Amino acid sequence: MCDQTFLAITFGPCDSCSENRPLMNLYIKTEPINYCSLCMEIMACQGLASGETLKSLKAESETLRKKLEEERKKLHDVELEKVAEKAEALGELNMKTRRTLKGHGNKVLCMDWCKDKRRIVSSSQDGKVIVWDAFTTNKEHAVTMPTTWVMACAYAPSGCAIACGGLDNKCSVYPLSLDKDENLAAKKKSVAMHTNYLSGCTFTNSDMQILTSSGDGTSALWDVESGQLLQSFHGHSADVLTLDLAPSETGNTFVSGGSDKKANVWDLRSGQNVQSFDTHDSDINCVKYYPSGDAFASASDDSTCRLFDLRADREVSIYSKDSIMFGAASVDFSLSGRLLFAGYNDYTINVWDVLKGTRVAILFGHENRVSSLRVSPDGTAFCSGSWDNTLRVRQEGRGVGRELKQGGTTLYG
Amino acid sequence: MTIRTLRDYGQHYRPRMACLKNVEVFVVEMQDPKSGVKGADQKLNVTIIPHVINGQDVLAWIVTKMKVTTEEAQAFGTMLVAYGYIYPLQNHRKLVLVPDSTLYRFQTPYFWPVQKWPAEDIDYAIYLARRNIRKKGMLEPYEQQHYDNLHKWMNPKWDFIVMQATEQYKANKERKKPDRVVLDCQERAYWIVHRPPVLTFDVVRRTNIFLTQALMRSAVKSSVSLTAFVKFVTTHHNHDPFLTTPVPSNPWITDSDEFWQLNSRSVDIPTKLSVERWVLSFWELISDPRGRVDFKLFLKKEHSAENMAFYEAAEEMRWGAASAIPEKSQFIFNTFLKPGAPRWINIDGRTMGLTVKGLVVPHRYVLDAAQTHIFLLMKKDTFYRYLKSPVHKDMQKRALVPAPHVFTDAQLEANVRNRNPGISPILQWQQEEEEKAAAAVAARPIDVKAMVATNKLDRK
Repeated sequence: MCDQTFLAITFGPCDSCSENRPLMNLYIKTEPINYCSLCMEIMACQGLASGETLKSLKAESETLRKKLEEERKKLHDVELEKVAEKAEALGELNMKTRRTLKGHGNKVLCMDWCKDKRRIVSSSQDGKVIVWDAFTTNKEHAVTMPTTWVMACAYAPSGCAIACGGLDNKCSVYPLSLDKDENLAAKKKSVAMHTNYLSGCTFTNSDMQILTSSGDGTSALWDVESGQLLQSFHGHSADVLTLDLAPSETGNTFVSGGSDKKANVWDLRSGQNVQSFDTHDSDINCVKYYPSGDAFASASDDSTCRLFDLRADREVSIYSKDSIMFGAASVDFSLSGRLLFAGYNDYTINVWDVLKGTRVAILFGHENRVSSLRVSPDGTAFCSGSWDNTLRVRQEGRGVGRELKQGGTTLYG
Repeated sequence: MTIRTLRDYGQHYRPRMACLKNVEVFVVEMQDPKSGVKGADQKLNVTIIPHVINGQDVLAWIVTKMKVTTEEAQAFGTMLVAYGYIYPLQNHRKLVLVPDSTLYRFQTPYFWPVQKWPAEDIDYAIYLARRNIRKKGMLEPYEQQHYDNLHKWMNPKWDFIVMQATEQYKANKERKKPDRVVLDCQERAYWIVHRPPVLTFDVVRRTNIFLTQALMRSAVKSSVSLTAFVKFVTTHHNHDPFLTTPVPSNPWITDSDEFWQLNSRSVDIPTKLSVERWVLSFWELISDPRGRVDFKLFLKKEHSAENMAFYEAAEEMRWGAASAIPEKSQFIFNTFLKPGAPRWINIDGRTMGLTVKGLVVPHRYVLDAAQTHIFLLMKKDTFYRYLKSPVHKDMQKRALVPAPHVFTDAQLEANVRNRNPGISPILQWQQEEEEKAAAAVAARPIDVKAMVATNKLDRK
């Protein structure tokens, strides 16, 4: 699928309006056409042609859907468990909390790692956004947002800025400075403007663009410097709760999950919805790409996590257990993609074996729901933020046993 | 995104509690007189309380029923208490399941957090009426339609509905603003799902457009893609710190950041593990900053450095600021694309034609076709030559295998106290920008005329 999005014509003169624009690859019957997003909208909103009724259009939808199911069924020749038999079994995993970051006065809602593998930005319900050096547990910067419920925060790839937003319907970028006393709020830049709360934000491959998702049902790509809307993505019928950018060499797609139980894959350039998956039974709280970029995992309120294969265009695995009845709030993969870490509303974190579909470990420690969970960029540890106001960095605990109490943080080895 | 327990029995939506129906089934089983948890009458102070259960029995029952460890059963039991399905008789503020003789009782279903009442029309009418009270004309056209319909056939109950709506509106006003906003969002989302807007023809059309392109998009056989996953996991097994202990040591465990220092961008000799990772794919090679440096060195020897330079310049334009696009596109055209350019890239005529034409009105994706061509060229040809080259083979030989750390307890404690604060990413970024600027100056073609003018070539 990566190679496909690669080779398709994506920029050039639109077949309808002849303007040079990013193009969507569409089909009328089986004829390929390249329309820009505006012309596609015009085509969709055209008045009913003679002989067409709402009923006939709906009937057409049904036939198309059935045909698609048939086609996909033909390609479905093996299950993941069968293929995974070749993979060796995992040894026992013994995770321990290595750092506990205390300092937020209220529920931690979101967190993100910096590319330097040790710094973290976290946001909480009381409007505070803190940048920590998780390795030394020092707080490096703190910003107070003028809004509460800061549900989204992100670290810029360069490490020089952070972005955050929530109930204020905006995404604001704060450039960080080396001067500890500087008031970061002075240099704040309002980038995104939505008509409802901001549920997720992430920088793309540079500091200059931000991708946001919002409760108004849309996602959007913004230019940071000018605050200009570069592309918007419409297609969800309810709030968009989460998004993730593809790590593939093309870096042209992203996946979003929403309250309408759907996970949609979008082309960043043209705004086209290229794939859609709707097998979940409830809101999708978090989506994350597999490290190779050919699949993604989702966590939902129906207490399951699922793996979706992008190349075969279907769901391949469900990670669930009868004893897990509470919604999953956040997921992330380990570096090799073998482990899937998921944080749940019953205060626990379950670690799943992605290939075999079994649970490898269950981790306790948080005293309230785990709201966000991310593996560090080099995979050396993962951090979980929770409604108990703390963040915990955890790693495999082979070996050394010592305990040292230092100030307000407790370290376990 | 829910806020804490809101006990407001007028509003029946609980969108985030969808999974609790499984919990309820479980709790009902727990109360079964034959196979459930054994309860007894208990004397507390002077009163005798019926159907009292103790924590230990509850825990044992969960362990047997769910077939889980005691720890997990304890966590689940605490959830039951936290959500109010079981309440403690004595220490009623501490909502935890204590596995001893602490006494609990089952909560009556009326007070359960989710009342399984279907999305009734009456609730919808109250919701719409309340929104109307808040702001006239706030209803969407389809909602207005629903409202008019409900008003027609629910006319006798209308007074009750308006009264309920006013009550709820007043109760809402007493909440804190952010809580109110959150609740509004939840309620709205609930009703969007349970009373979805009627499909208009343009929505159906869009679905059809989506389905047609989905049909034409070729998909891959499951066996192929799933095998690819297994392959990816296997090849990356040694690089995953959760599966293979990193050498010299994981910084989070031993508090020594040597692992990060040895893998940094500017290190002279990379570790063997890094070099092995570069071999896995072209993308892994250029994603690792140290790998990219090595690759560029190889390209310089091959005198094909313009490919990588073009790729990087195109990436910068694509992800950069909108205001910089005209300037960047001009620079790229002059340096890489125009006939006789100093760092002319070799791409096929058609792509070159398309690109040059597009550059007349530059857009951030105008270089996509050319960039793709160059990337594929590097991936399918140059990369393999790099792997066979002396630059790479030499690096493989020289690569370090750091010895694993063995710290004594005392040393570990010292490490904790002396954790290296490292370089701030801001400083690192500034350094990298300076290096890039210097490299750009060095790469500029030498202007012979200017040198002559300043007498640099004069040999006198």
